[in-house]
Amino acid sequence: MSILGTRVIRTEDPRLLTSGGVYVDDLREPDLAGAVRATFVRSTVAHALVTGIDTSAALAAPGVVAVLTAADLDLPAPPPAEPVPDDAPPPEGPMPLGPPWSEPLFAVDRVRYVGEPVALVLTDAAYAGEDAAELVSVDYEMLPAVPSIEAALAEETLLYPDAGTNVCVRGRRPIGDDSIFDGCEVIVEGDIVNQRVAALPMEGRATAAVWKDGKLTVWTSTQNAQLSRLILTAVGLPPDAIRVVAPDVGGGFGAKIGVDREQILIAWAAKHTGRPVRWVETRNENLLGMTQGRAQVHHIKLGGDREGHVKAYRLDVVQDSGAYSRMGGFLPMLTNLMAPGVYDIPAVEADYKAVVTNATPIAAYRGAGRPEAAATIERVIDWYAAEAALDPVAVRKLNFIRPEQFPFVTKTGAPYDTGDYEAALDKVLAAAGYDELRAEQRRRIEAGETRLLGIGIASYVEITAADGAAGETAKVEVHDNGTATVYTGSSAHGQGHHTAYAMIVTQELGIPMDKVEVIHGDTDLIPDGVGTYASRSLQLGGSAVHNAAIEVKDEAAKKAAELFEAAEADVELDTESGTWRIKGDPDKTLSWSQVAAAADNGLIVANVRFTADRPTFPFGSQLSLVEVDVETGKVTLLRHVTADDAGPILNPLLFEGQRHGGIAQGAAQALVEEILYDADGNPLTATLMDYGAITAAELPSFELLTSETPTTVNPLGVKGIGEAGTIGATPAVHNAVIDAVKHLGVRHIDMPTTPERVWTAIAEAQKASTK
Amino acid sequence: VKVELTVNGKDITADVEDRTLLVHFLRDVADLTATNIGCDTTSCGACTVLLDGESVKSCTVLAAQADGRTVTTLEGLADGGEMHPVQRAFHEEHGLQCGYCTPGMVMAIVSLLKENPSPSEAEVRQGLEGNICRCTGYHNIVKAALAAAEASQ
Repeated sequence: MSILGTRVIRTEDPRLLTSGGVYVDDLREPDLAGAVRATFVRSTVAHALVTGIDTSAALAAPGVVAVLTAADLDLPAPPPAEPVPDDAPPPEGPMPLGPPWSEPLFAVDRVRYVGEPVALVLTDAAYAGEDAAELVSVDYEMLPAVPSIEAALAEETLLYPDAGTNVCVRGRRPIGDDSIFDGCEVIVEGDIVNQRVAALPMEGRATAAVWKDGKLTVWTSTQNAQLSRLILTAVGLPPDAIRVVAPDVGGGFGAKIGVDREQILIAWAAKHTGRPVRWVETRNENLLGMTQGRAQVHHIKLGGDREGHVKAYRLDVVQDSGAYSRMGGFLPMLTNLMAPGVYDIPAVEADYKAVVTNATPIAAYRGAGRPEAAATIERVIDWYAAEAALDPVAVRKLNFIRPEQFPFVTKTGAPYDTGDYEAALDKVLAAAGYDELRAEQRRRIEAGETRLLGIGIASYVEITAADGAAGETAKVEVHDNGTATVYTGSSAHGQGHHTAYAMIVTQELGIPMDKVEVIHGDTDLIPDGVGTYASRSLQLGGSAVHNAAIEVKDEAAKKAAELFEAAEADVELDTESGTWRIKGDPDKTLSWSQVAAAADNGLIVANVRFTADRPTFPFGSQLSLVEVDVETGKVTLLRHVTADDAGPILNPLLFEGQRHGGIAQGAAQALVEEILYDADGNPLTATLMDYGAITAAELPSFELLTSETPTTVNPLGVKGIGEAGTIGATPAVHNAVIDAVKHLGVRHIDMPTTPERVWTAIAEAQKASTK
Repeated sequence: VKVELTVNGKDITADVEDRTLLVHFLRDVADLTATNIGCDTTSCGACTVLLDGESVKSCTVLAAQADGRTVTTLEGLADGGEMHPVQRAFHEEHGLQCGYCTPGMVMAIVSLLKENPSPSEAEVRQGLEGNICRCTGYHNIVKAALAAAEASQ
């Protein structure tokens, strides 16, 4: 019987449940004994010139080892700026922009957001660090703040005067005149805000570093040790003089891809002072300094006929990059690519520009550019359906890309592999009891009740492992004691890689799971790896493990044949018992120990880098049922039903876990979460008392349905599932809220749909209808 | 200030700064690192431990306030090699992913089930309002709490 597809409980858990994980702050490595505590002095203002930094009082405080600023940085100068021609295409990869947009390590002469690192205090104890940081005096000459996209586009104040504009990247997709909308009988047009939210892993950023015998060892909470090592060469060392270790990592959600300037500074400080250094950010720092997500404004226009056929769609994106462009135009480029979603729309225009603002930098957050596309097209389809007085389900079905059209290239160039969007939608409608829900919705309206139902649908498609060409590495070893070790370049931070990869090895080699060790996140052991993001780990990392296991099996077959003195074609592996035998002769068997013992060094090993030539496109439908109290505007999420298809399911337990977490984060954006700034660029949501992280009390249990359409892109046939929940849930919940009040004339409410916003939208719609 | 605590059955005496928080005492003095810090504002519950059998957020209790009292952390929950029913339920129901909120979640649920041995789903959800998890969407945590209640009947 195959172990794949079964509900194997996680091998990671017993340790996490009895002694707790070992996160950076828990490390008790001998090399970290006596490590000093690092406390950053951060800008308290959004936009200012730095005219002086006085560290003398802090240096004189008890327990202070060092106070470091930009003046202390003894790093090689960055290479001079390459001139960028005006007509150069926008950078497509997720890379920071070069000069004049570069991000310094410490602020030099200017700060651009509240929370920007200005100085670093090293102390023997943590409490003393906070005391001493208060004593660092920074002189600021205030500049007007640019706290929003609107303010950035006004260009009255420039963050980078040398650039001459606040627009740091422009897309190059053409937006024409309005002729694509000619002949459309129903047109909807407006702005949709995809608000700034926090990734908010429960463990914030944390790094410890030791400089010893010419080697820098850095333990950091990251989604990819190998990329972190590359970034950390900024301290002026070649990669082979740096070891990066990812210990247990308390969540990432995209915001821990690589390392930030703070981690580079911690590594540098260890080298500079010769003392081991440890930094563990507070939640307040985390909400100021960790990259945030989304932060786009969409101008949309969609046209179609009265029967529900969509004829034309335009999406014009403005990306708020925050104070420093960490990913160039990558996020809005992905939003453009995925703009038409699951629909076969004859004419699509999508473009973007990215601006800088006096706010925390924006980078990847669960979905990274794709949720924004799905949120808007799904919202706009409902908007159009409401305007045309059609059922949103019927409109979706009329416009879906049909199964026989795959492989399908969208008007924006996305090469969808496989999909059956209508089947997924039918599945959720049946499970949710769509017709009954509509009947109950009508009944409540007709009875004049104040707690009304809203039914929201979202049909999504998303792109996973978009950088399949980078691939992922795996090394599988079988030892002469019968155990196996997997070294993976991907990097678990809660997903269950250790269980999943061990299952793959057990499936192929018949070595029981408790004899399979999975190792990740140590560049001394795994110098070459890519990491975990973009829902890539199983399809790339898992496929690498799968192929490496097969190579090990092939090599072992040769050894077994030698030992049996038989032809290689006559030996086989019984994966049930994990023993080698001669076909048709059950009495002659060899164990893995015996076969491995016959190999060089008692070890059979295979190294693999698996690459995929195309991304994969998981899809599904989600239905959300909310209750809206029209007297108070309060929204309660009652049910959430999803049908998700990401190919064959390796372990339903892990598959469901990814969807649960994704749905909660997606619903959180629709309902409660938003990072806010005031007009001066002061953050208003810098602790968990102010940022509305969603809780158990605001969510129901979720109802999950699945289908398994394999892809041909990788040997496991799998697609990614890490982000699908988030991508579908945001528009499903958002649509549900507006669906509850659309009969009152409400067409759109921006997220998060707080009671105040819902109540105000109802009041304004009523005012408009009585005019 | 000198404080004497019984932590997971072991007496610990130490001289600490007056402002030392219980969570720092547990992590730095008692060297019990399962208890994590997630917010510093009593909002997230990652640092939940039992103080004289009742759940508290140890980032909001001074070590001095716990003087003479008994603290149980995640490390003290299992009975020898035998997991506590709540720990076992978390394992079986996939109630954890990254594991960071888990120690606090488990302790909060132990306390919740002590007060209400057979809670409804809604009661579990209300009871966990002060514990934030970012990975699981709470679905399997709630399931684990209900399963642990069931197993303890």
